Amino acid sequence: MVLSEPEARLHVLAALREQPEKIADRWVQLQFEQAVLGGGLTEAELREEADVLVGALRSGLENEQSAHRVVATQRVLHQAIVDFSLRRARGGSTPTVTSLAVLSLKEALLEAVQQYARDSAALYSAALLVNRLLDAAGALSFETYVEGREEIIQRQSRQLLEVSTPVVRLWDKVLAVPLIGTLDTARTQVVMENLLHAIQRHEAQVAIIDITGVPTVDTAVAHHLMQTVNAVRLMGADCLISGIRPPIAQTIAQLGIDLSPILTRATLADALAAAMALIDREAPGSGSAAIR
Amino acid sequence: MLHHGDHGTTPPAPAPPTAVTEPQRKDTATTHPLRTEEDLLTVRHAVRAAALNAGFGLVDQTRIVTAASELARNAYVHGGGGSIRLEIIQHSGRLGLRLSVSDQGPGIADLDAAFIDGYTTGAGLGHGLGGARRLMDEFHVRTTPGSGTTITAVRWASDT
Amino acid sequence: MSAPAGAGVPILRLGDVLVTGLLSELDDKAAVALTEELTQRVASERVRGVLIDISRLELIDSFVARALMELTTSARLLGARVVVCGMRPAVAITLVELGLALTGVETALNAERGMTALGWSRGHLPQEGAGDAPPR
Repeated sequence: MVLSEPEARLHVLAALREQPEKIADRWVQLQFEQAVLGGGLTEAELREEADVLVGALRSGLENEQSAHRVVATQRVLHQAIVDFSLRRARGGSTPTVTSLAVLSLKEALLEAVQQYARDSAALYSAALLVNRLLDAAGALSFETYVEGREEIIQRQSRQLLEVSTPVVRLWDKVLAVPLIGTLDTARTQVVMENLLHAIQRHEAQVAIIDITGVPTVDTAVAHHLMQTVNAVRLMGADCLISGIRPPIAQTIAQLGIDLSPILTRATLADALAAAMALIDREAPGSGSAAIR
Repeated sequence: MLHHGDHGTTPPAPAPPTAVTEPQRKDTATTHPLRTEEDLLTVRHAVRAAALNAGFGLVDQTRIVTAASELARNAYVHGGGGSIRLEIIQHSGRLGLRLSVSDQGPGIADLDAAFIDGYTTGAGLGHGLGGARRLMDEFHVRTTPGSGTTITAVRWASDT
Repeated sequence: MSAPAGAGVPILRLGDVLVTGLLSELDDKAAVALTEELTQRVASERVRGVLIDISRLELIDSFVARALMELTTSARLLGARVVVCGMRPAVAITLVELGLALTGVETALNAERGMTALGWSRGHLPQEGAGDAPPR
């Protein structure tokens, strides 16, 4: 005879209310035994984490929802599981280790519940309840873990983007950005932001974008180059593009991309010379050198 | 069947202070009217504050406020007024800001054309809709001729 | 509000250049009012340059962009150049992504460079309006 869920719930709740310390201790111990520790978590941290989760399980169960919906609807519990999983994802634990950690909480909890169930039928019902509750927790944990890893990947690719687009000061009032690799929307945004802030900071008058390291220029890359040039111009500085290799020049011509509003030079050295001429021309009183 | 009459009505015991992990997430949604020209300005302030709250950097804030300004003006000028709803949302640990601009105006007859730069039926450069779409990460238009338009747009914060 | 006909910002005349600056925000009415006032003064005072400092302006959307482009066009028809200076990086990025490059509008990094572009130079300030040949 299987007992009703409310009955089983009382047994599980009794264990959670009266022996939270014991359950938390046991869980930490099990995680140690199974060597499923999250990377770099100390025992004190694990214990704190276990206390929070056991407390959240208790307050979650105190609500009336059926067991398999508790994890989804109880915010404190939901958040505790999310935090638990993200901590492991960031600490470099594998997904297996992370789900095993959640499963071992089942074991710790069931051991405690044993004392409160009068007979095997009661224990069976309690076990079913614990399963329903913690399977949902396991599923959430896995989902969060995956999302956490994705987040880390995104952050790393953004960091890579930041370091791969340095702005260098070539001369007084002349900045250069050597581009290496392709120029997609995300990269363009980073380049523009770095370049425009550098222009403001150095009161630069000319910015040179060197595309020697850009393997191909298609219409999308050309569009992004144009955007950057236009943004530099809006700031009140001039923009030059250098490092256009012959095959790239041919591709641009064949694609019919109009880069004529942009001042271009074959090499960075040529571009620097052109930049100096521009500065001389704009500086009042000095002989104006004609360029273009 | 066993009955535990008082179980269901027992208020949940307050969690012990140490176990409180309830995050103070600012996932509140606010709605602002777009009925007067002054509303357009008020909305910019509200969007700026929400973007700041969601942790967006200065450039992203400017993108979002500009997109909101375009959409709000569209609703005001073409839609005869409406409202804008701002929501901070979360997915995969990233925060985002969702703008939902609704009006009960005539709707957009030719949606494809409306996205083309230079297309306009009013003041402005006709860059409003297409431009706003380029400033946001997600962009959805629901329009019914004769009964109005709702535009939903999201920008996700890049983590730094 | 009972602001004077204009946009509520002062417009100074320095020699043959009108100089003005915008506050952190500009609503549609103020943008239109400023454009009108500047155009009128270009015509009535026969200046050859207009400098607009926008270093505090936090947002330019398509409406304000259109106002600036129209001002540039009308000023050119009246024989004056418009230089917009001090645009913030965030505003510049947003504008190009919006698809607006403010084609035809001259820009400068700051007010000083803007004045230089309009024919003023350092050390030239005391001798009012003398000397420099007009750029075009």
